[in-house]
Amino acid sequence: MAVSPPISSPHALGSNRTRNIMLQVLLATLPGVLLLTWFFGWGTLINILLAGSFAIAIESAILRLRQRPVAFYLNDGSALVTAWLLALALPPYAPWWLVLVASGFAMVFGKHLYGGLGQNPFNPAMLGYAMVLVSFPVEMTSWPVWRGIEQLQPALTPTLGLIDGLQRVFAPASLPTDGWTSATALDLLKNNSALTLDELRAAQPAFGSMAGRAWEWISLAWLAGGLFLLYRRVYTWHAPVGMLAALAVMSLLFWNGSGSASNGSPLFHLLGGATMLGAFFIVTDPVSGATSARGRLVFGAGVGILVYVIRVWGNYPDAVAFAVLLMNLCAPTIDYYTTPRTYGHSKPKRGLGKVDQP
Amino acid sequence: MAIILTAVLVLLLLALVFGAVLGYAAVRFRVEGDPIVEQINALLPQTQCGQCGHPGCKPYAEAIANGEPINKCPPGGEATIQALANLLDVEPLPLDGEHGEEKPPTVAYIREAECIGCTKCIQACPVDAILGAARQMHTVIVDECTGCDLCVEPCPVDCIDMLPLPVTTQNWRWNAPQPLAGSFGSQRGVA
Amino acid sequence: MSTQPRIWDMPGGIHPPQNKAQSTARGLERIPLPKRLILPLLQHIGRRAEPIVQVGERVLKGQLLASSHGQYSCPLHAPTSGTIVAIEDAPYPHASGLTEPAIILDSDGEDRRIELQPVADYRSLDPVDVLDLIQAAGISGLGGAGFPTATKLLSRPDHRISTLIINAAECEPYITSDDMTIRHYPARIVSGIEVLMHILKPDQVLVGIEDNKPEAIAAMRAAAQDTTIQIIAIPTKYPSGGEKQLIQILTGKEVPSGGLPADISVLCQNIGTCLAIHEAILLGRPMINRIVTLTGAALQRPTNVIAPIGTPIHELLAFAGLQPERLHRLVLGGPMMGFTVDSAAPIIKTSNCLLAATREELPPPPPALPCIRCGLCAEACPVELLPQQLHWFAMGKDYAQLQRHDLFDCIECGACAYVCPSSIPLVQYFRAGKAEMRAIEQQHSRAEHSRQRFEHRQERLQREAEQREQERQARAEKAARAKAAREAQAARAQLAEPPTAAPDLARIQSRKVSTLSAEQKQLKVAAATARMALQRVQKQLATNPDNTDMQKQLPELEQAFAEAQQAFEQATTQEAR
Repeated sequence: MAVSPPISSPHALGSNRTRNIMLQVLLATLPGVLLLTWFFGWGTLINILLAGSFAIAIESAILRLRQRPVAFYLNDGSALVTAWLLALALPPYAPWWLVLVASGFAMVFGKHLYGGLGQNPFNPAMLGYAMVLVSFPVEMTSWPVWRGIEQLQPALTPTLGLIDGLQRVFAPASLPTDGWTSATALDLLKNNSALTLDELRAAQPAFGSMAGRAWEWISLAWLAGGLFLLYRRVYTWHAPVGMLAALAVMSLLFWNGSGSASNGSPLFHLLGGATMLGAFFIVTDPVSGATSARGRLVFGAGVGILVYVIRVWGNYPDAVAFAVLLMNLCAPTIDYYTTPRTYGHSKPKRGLGKVDQP
Repeated sequence: MAIILTAVLVLLLLALVFGAVLGYAAVRFRVEGDPIVEQINALLPQTQCGQCGHPGCKPYAEAIANGEPINKCPPGGEATIQALANLLDVEPLPLDGEHGEEKPPTVAYIREAECIGCTKCIQACPVDAILGAARQMHTVIVDECTGCDLCVEPCPVDCIDMLPLPVTTQNWRWNAPQPLAGSFGSQRGVA
Repeated sequence: MSTQPRIWDMPGGIHPPQNKAQSTARGLERIPLPKRLILPLLQHIGRRAEPIVQVGERVLKGQLLASSHGQYSCPLHAPTSGTIVAIEDAPYPHASGLTEPAIILDSDGEDRRIELQPVADYRSLDPVDVLDLIQAAGISGLGGAGFPTATKLLSRPDHRISTLIINAAECEPYITSDDMTIRHYPARIVSGIEVLMHILKPDQVLVGIEDNKPEAIAAMRAAAQDTTIQIIAIPTKYPSGGEKQLIQILTGKEVPSGGLPADISVLCQNIGTCLAIHEAILLGRPMINRIVTLTGAALQRPTNVIAPIGTPIHELLAFAGLQPERLHRLVLGGPMMGFTVDSAAPIIKTSNCLLAATREELPPPPPALPCIRCGLCAEACPVELLPQQLHWFAMGKDYAQLQRHDLFDCIECGACAYVCPSSIPLVQYFRAGKAEMRAIEQQHSRAEHSRQRFEHRQERLQREAEQREQERQARAEKAARAKAAREAQAARAQLAEPPTAAPDLARIQSRKVSTLSAEQKQLKVAAATARMALQRVQKQLATNPDNTDMQKQLPELEQAFAEAQQAFEQATTQEAR
């Protein structure tokens, strides 16, 4: 009797698809993207467009090289998400070659060299970001000034027009190099050793009321997007809460008052820099993070602690990328120690201990 | 000069002390492991078929322990070679075709109508899996048969067949999904 | 009873579309008597029943066809009257599509039954006798696995059962057979539960029903009003009807891994089994029918039917108005844990639902994407495994890690594969992994067994060889001693009277040297045979002197021997001349 291979249960399947998850992540970034565009002009959108096209082109090329079905894999939208998040992390109006190098590194070294989607130990977007951050520090620290600064500091002019923006990206030499960027609040706090926080805030318009003008609003937009994803159950609360809580606790412990030696308030750290983007869009990357719910909590907390350590005692004003990459390294170990307890077992199997050979 | 002498003496003394400690530890905390032959033998399939050129698995295990190649066991196949390579920390080799090819496990069946009761197969069976007496029909205890083939040759009337175990609802099993051609994904249902 | 005892939550779980309304509108119907029934000998977990009828025999409804074979077995009865036409391999409802030995019964349409022997007053019986009645009625669990019920009730004889749980959760989509069973026979079910209570004497009886079956809950509450049985509505969540999950929901306790519910003083029975027990004890009917849900969009009139065990699936589908052109996948059981079957196979005691699904209902699975470790599977898993990790290790055949991640605690409920956004057939990976690990385990124990047998054989052969060697040595020694003694004697004799023995010796030597011709040999053999025969008879006569036959034979044999000996001697002396 000829037996055709049976189809395994379950026969019913849910409607959730990888593509939906990816699209929801993109949707959740929209408030942040809109605010970024409002404050900094077209730069973010140009970044997204450039990084997205580069990533898709590179992904197609590599898939063809690896003799994989191109359309099938492009369709999952993962390349677009990687590029999109990378574009959000890069400063607006980053030169086009910088975007190319970052997204190329992310796709080739971050993803495909490890075997493609689902196989990468590191967050590809952060790998690309960290690579250009250490290679091109000048370009990477050139954050443009925001809409409204010209009223406070007439010497500075924000780049708001589309033509100006394109020029900055493709032919930066044709524009004056001064007056369109300024230090971020994190930079200023890091380099401050003389002024109290109040004096600093008065002297530098970059400090907003909480964590840097424009930044605090954009952070809140990331938070809103993150809450949407939590509501849609795209990921669980563990990693973001772990990261934010650890960062809050660290900044509370090492606050050091509001004098000149201050390390910044918890609110400053939570809403400043890339904290919120990291908490809701980066540490939630399931591929390179820890596996179990408890593991993700630990993973997030590790990122939070490292972000604070690097920000305050390290060499870089912001540290989400490095913190995430360092914790990616730890994820397998975290997994070993956070295996949940299975039904019917009195205790979970944890640790690297002896595993019985089959 | 005195300094050099002191140094030499101190070093000697240290060497003696540490040597003594190490020696003591080696005796006191000795790990009672299986002798290597037993460990190798545990990995062999115990068909006792002799295809490796040794009269049984244990002798082959002894030979491996004495440096014979690990790729002479067709019934064990790649899995056994891999396991042996892991145990002995050597490179896994492809199965040596000289000793036979890896085949799905089989069981001997005696066509009982043709059996003349010569007992030759009984003497050949390495695990006493054939029942019978002189001038009596013989039969194979299926559960004990290792599929070693050794009974086929001596049979004067060629009444022994090596047959694969039949698939029944009792021993049927699900196959793992096959990966989609050229991808890391997998295809449901294709067994 | 309006107040409900506390219930617990189970981890994970999913909420697939219910699809239960389709099959509950038509009540409970009876299908026309099928012409031919296929009765597999294996309708339960364990060993096949052994047929006790012959081909060609006429049987009556309820007559025993096959008796149980060992403890893990279940007898089989004729669902209707008719003739046994064959006992052979027949289509069988199994995921493999392989056949199983079955008794084929052609019905005569008369449906004449054997005399029933109901036991109205079972309470006066010893529980063990009631268990025997349950076993004799051929009852095995109707819920899913099909454990022989009497065996299950006795699974841990040394443990007292404090909580009896009746499983009416019916958490799988589409299936409504338990629901309809309750709606139609609440009183009989309660009576069946009381039989179980008589056997087990539990402290409490909990009936768990998902709250998407309000009619069933109301019916059971009404029927159980005057009893201590508690009807508990539990939240609708798949797989709350898994035995371990229901126990967790109702008692908050977990069945130890690798153990049985009886280990925590709990016993679980399906609601259909309770009905079967009532019918077996109080009505005297063996288990020959069951209630089956016929559903799916390929059926015109989805419904629930009472069908004889062994009814071919195609007859059931025809009854429910199958539209063959719309049928895309035929599943026995629910869409989460059922398996595809061929419509030639019959239904058996465990078959609770037939799902004739269209392509829209159960579309072909999309090609799987790589796992992105999103963790939705781990959130859905009711036993808190990490399916994404298990998938990884199953692909890499890392059995040590699969063991570490408790693959064998997976209940194959399919919740993980259901939620997987990459549509990875996780359950198939796990099934294959388990099968492979079991096979390896079996191979190892077999190899170990073979090794022992081989070594025992080697020892035996060596022992035999040694024994032979010893015997040989002993013989050699004896011969040597005898020779030495002879030589010594000869030496002495030589000293005393030297040459007298010489002629004798010469004669012997000459005899030995002389070779016998073929004819002589034959004669010698004949003489020897005759002597042997004579000696045998003489010996037997010595022990048994009254044997007249032998006495008669003796002179004949004596003569035959004398003749043969004479002939031989003649021949030799002739030659010597």
